[in-house]
Amino acid sequence: MNPKDAVEKIRERFPEEIREIKEHNGQISVIIRRDRVSDILKYLHSDPFLKFDLLKDLCGVDYYKKKDPRFEVVYHIYSLQNRCLLRLRAEVPEDDCWIQSVSDVYAGANWPERECYDLFGIVFKGHPDLRRVLLPDDWEGYPLRKDYPLQSDLGEREWQGYLDVIELAKKNMEFETK
Amino acid sequence: MDQKPDECVIKIDEGIKLIPGANAVVASIDKLVNWGRTSSMWPAVFGTACCAIEMMTTGASHYDLDRFGIIFRASPRQADVMIISGTVTKKMAPVMRRVYDQMAEPRYVIAMGSCACTGNVYNTYSTAQGCDNFLPVDVYIPGCPPRPEAFIEGLMKLQEKIRNEHLRWSRWR
Repeated sequence: MNPKDAVEKIRERFPEEIREIKEHNGQISVIIRRDRVSDILKYLHSDPFLKFDLLKDLCGVDYYKKKDPRFEVVYHIYSLQNRCLLRLRAEVPEDDCWIQSVSDVYAGANWPERECYDLFGIVFKGHPDLRRVLLPDDWEGYPLRKDYPLQSDLGEREWQGYLDVIELAKKNMEFETK
Repeated sequence: MDQKPDECVIKIDEGIKLIPGANAVVASIDKLVNWGRTSSMWPAVFGTACCAIEMMTTGASHYDLDRFGIIFRASPRQADVMIISGTVTKKMAPVMRRVYDQMAEPRYVIAMGSCACTGNVYNTYSTAQGCDNFLPVDVYIPGCPPRPEAFIEGLMKLQEKIRNEHLRWSRWR
């Protein structure tokens, strides 16, 4: 089986959901609507012929000022039985920034979804524990968005915990040996 | 004894005298304390990135830090020197400061590698631009990562600094 067969299967089953199919260097990307992502992946996962049982990667993309809708969530799924890799890209608009969680289909999607939420601010509905993974819990903003400051000096958006440490260091300087 | 009193004293080093007849050494307490401190700098390891690998290499048998009396300790309570080896993230900064505050006086900080000194190329949202923003650093060792020779040179520099300290053991400092 090659990825094209899988695409045909999706087209048969979910004709409304597919927006576009792109091929680049022999790799197929299926661009889908975000509303029924969970159903599509559940189907691909459990269909005995397709059996895409491994989620290789889940990540977010920001197409700031390049595309509308702005965000995409990319799923790389692999079928161990058919040795076939498929890429799904679900579009997420900026003003209504959510997508369904697939962590009930693939348990391994739990942390990648949290990371995607952490760095892009995309909310995964139905996720069992949607907290930040990498950044501190009280961090403001989503650093991997293209409109986030690039340099280390974040100005007013600086993390309060770091400012507290600098303040503490200044206060403790009087106890140092000169 | 025919010798004059001045002649029977042997000068070993600046400010250290040996009196053979009395079987005694005369020196200032500064010298004695600093000698002890330079010969037993126990570092609290704080490996935050790849420089830690270089630090471990230097500690292993080929370069052998034990010959300087440098023995890595896992607890800040038992340590004299804190070696910051690697990129310092803002999230790690409070932890690092706490470990430093837990160390007993006298305490020293070595910033090992370009990241710990200045942040290196990582001028990004997550990286502190040098650990001297919140720690009093004594010795900066540049390099990405520094070679073990450079690292040992940095430790020697710290020993030199400790050797020149004056009255740090007393309450009149």
